[in-house]
Amino acid sequence: MSVVEIKGVTKTFAQGNVTALEDIDLELEPGEFVSLIGPSGCGKSTLLRVIGDLTPPTSGSVTVNGKPARQARNDGDYGIVFQDAVLFDWRTVAKNIALPLEMLGWDRDRRKARVETMLDLVELRGFADHHPWQLSGGMQQRVSIARALAFEPALLLMDEPFGALDEMTRERLNLELLSIWEKLGSTVVFVTHSISEAVFLSTRVVVMSPRPGRIAGHVAIDLPFPRTVETREDPRFFELVTKVRELLRRRGEHLLPEEEELLEADR
Amino acid sequence: MKRIGEWVPALVVFAVVIAAWEGAISAFHIQQFLLPRPSDIVKTFWTARHSLWPAGWYTFKEALGGFAIGSGLGIVFATLVGRFKNVGTAVMPIAIAANAVPIIAFAPIFGAWFGEVSPHSKMAIAAVLCFLPVMVNTLRGLQSASPRQIELMRSYAASELEIWRRVRVPTALPFVFTALKVASVLAMIGAIVGEYFGGAFNALGVLINNGAQIFDFVTAWAGILVASLLGLALYGAVAGAERLVVRWAPDMRDA
Ligand SMILES: Nc1ncnc2c1ncn2[C@@H]1O[C@H](COP(=O)(O)OP(=O)(O)OP(=O)(O)O)[C@@H](O)[C@H]1O
Ligand SMILES: [Mg+2]
Repeated sequence: MSVVEIKGVTKTFAQGNVTALEDIDLELEPGEFVSLIGPSGCGKSTLLRVIGDLTPPTSGSVTVNGKPARQARNDGDYGIVFQDAVLFDWRTVAKNIALPLEMLGWDRDRRKARVETMLDLVELRGFADHHPWQLSGGMQQRVSIARALAFEPALLLMDEPFGALDEMTRERLNLELLSIWEKLGSTVVFVTHSISEAVFLSTRVVVMSPRPGRIAGHVAIDLPFPRTVETREDPRFFELVTKVRELLRRRGEHLLPEEEELLEADR
Repeated sequence: MKRIGEWVPALVVFAVVIAAWEGAISAFHIQQFLLPRPSDIVKTFWTARHSLWPAGWYTFKEALGGFAIGSGLGIVFATLVGRFKNVGTAVMPIAIAANAVPIIAFAPIFGAWFGEVSPHSKMAIAAVLCFLPVMVNTLRGLQSASPRQIELMRSYAASELEIWRRVRVPTALPFVFTALKVASVLAMIGAIVGEYFGGAFNALGVLINNGAQIFDFVTAWAGILVASLLGLALYGAVAGAERLVVRWAPDMRDA
């Protein structure tokens, strides 16, 4: 059974008369790590929000774990990471991570044990009682990732989680994310603007094209696991990066100049 | 230790001002009725304690009552209005406009409504003074919850009530306390100025007013000292409560 099954999803926004998504079909198998990539405004965030039932599709259907998306949300079937960390200043790091566990009605001892595990996982042991503003941006993002992973959702939705980070932190968090994903065996939908990041992390890259937002194509990433720093030097890695870039270019006749530049910079 | 250290500059400035005041009166032979010596004011503060202190307490109770009623209603009203976004948008400009009205001007009218001598008219003035800033700020606080945080709560299947409790209220608390601190000062002003227009013979505002009229300026000044100390106490109590409740606020951390 697919973890996510999107059938003929169209999303239009009445404001501005925008067709953010048009006739999207996408299926995710258990354990897949799928990256969504495409120029700005092609509907990646919207697609993620539709999967998470944070915004309803105009038409078409979304099922998560075989259930309607609404049901899946109410069952807490997915964890979401937004582009910014979205932490609660009035909660400590530990309590931020424990929030979804509280919502699920876990008792105190169980929450405590899980929070400890998560703090270890994101290497923030010792920061449990800090407040978010006492952490660096990268640490905040790790808290947000720990929070999303805390209840071990079978499905992780991540919207440019590392977008605001410097290259070094980003690469380190990429490795951390992969090891977590391997440990938990969850399914990941990962939005990014970086071709190399998408290829490095994923089992499959889904390329989207803008106006209206459509799926331009899929690129299966057959690089071996575990992925390491050497992966980025693998000739196959470069082949796949080129493949994704060409798909982006071919479908991207509508690219704005600065988006062209962005793609160039990725080379 | 550091906390005490932070107070030192303020204390030094305070001591210097008082000393300069005391010195200026000797140096320039300033008449007692223009400006009494600080030492005389403190002396009267002590010798007249049997009339001044109970008067202070009497007025403080009026201020406290008005503060509690006005702030309480402000919070309740904002909470009700905040549940409905449209009502909030409709009420906000009116509340802000009403906030610009010099409410203290209503003092004689409140006297007519609630009894000129009665403490209730002072309480009413204090309450009205407190109501608007608390209402406006609480409403603003409740409405400034981050949409992303609310969306995150939705992803956990949180109910509206839970979003309210876990996102809107904590976001609003610093706003509420800022308003409560302003209100604590306004309440004391309201009560005392209210008494200038008539009040019980043992009320602080009446004592100050009478002192000024019979050229007993030292007593008037001592009354003002009592009022200031009580105003500070109320403000301090609110600030203390804020420290307990809003312990997490970034601007409160030890930098
Ligand atoms: N709430 C909304 N109301 C109206 N239009 C919206 C709304 N959200 C998104 N859109 C429109 O839908 C389109 C897709 O937006 P979306 O945020 O999904 O893009 P994206 O691919 O995530 O872009 P980026 O890479 O810049 O984050 C855009 O044209 C945007 O203007
Ligand atoms: Mg986006």
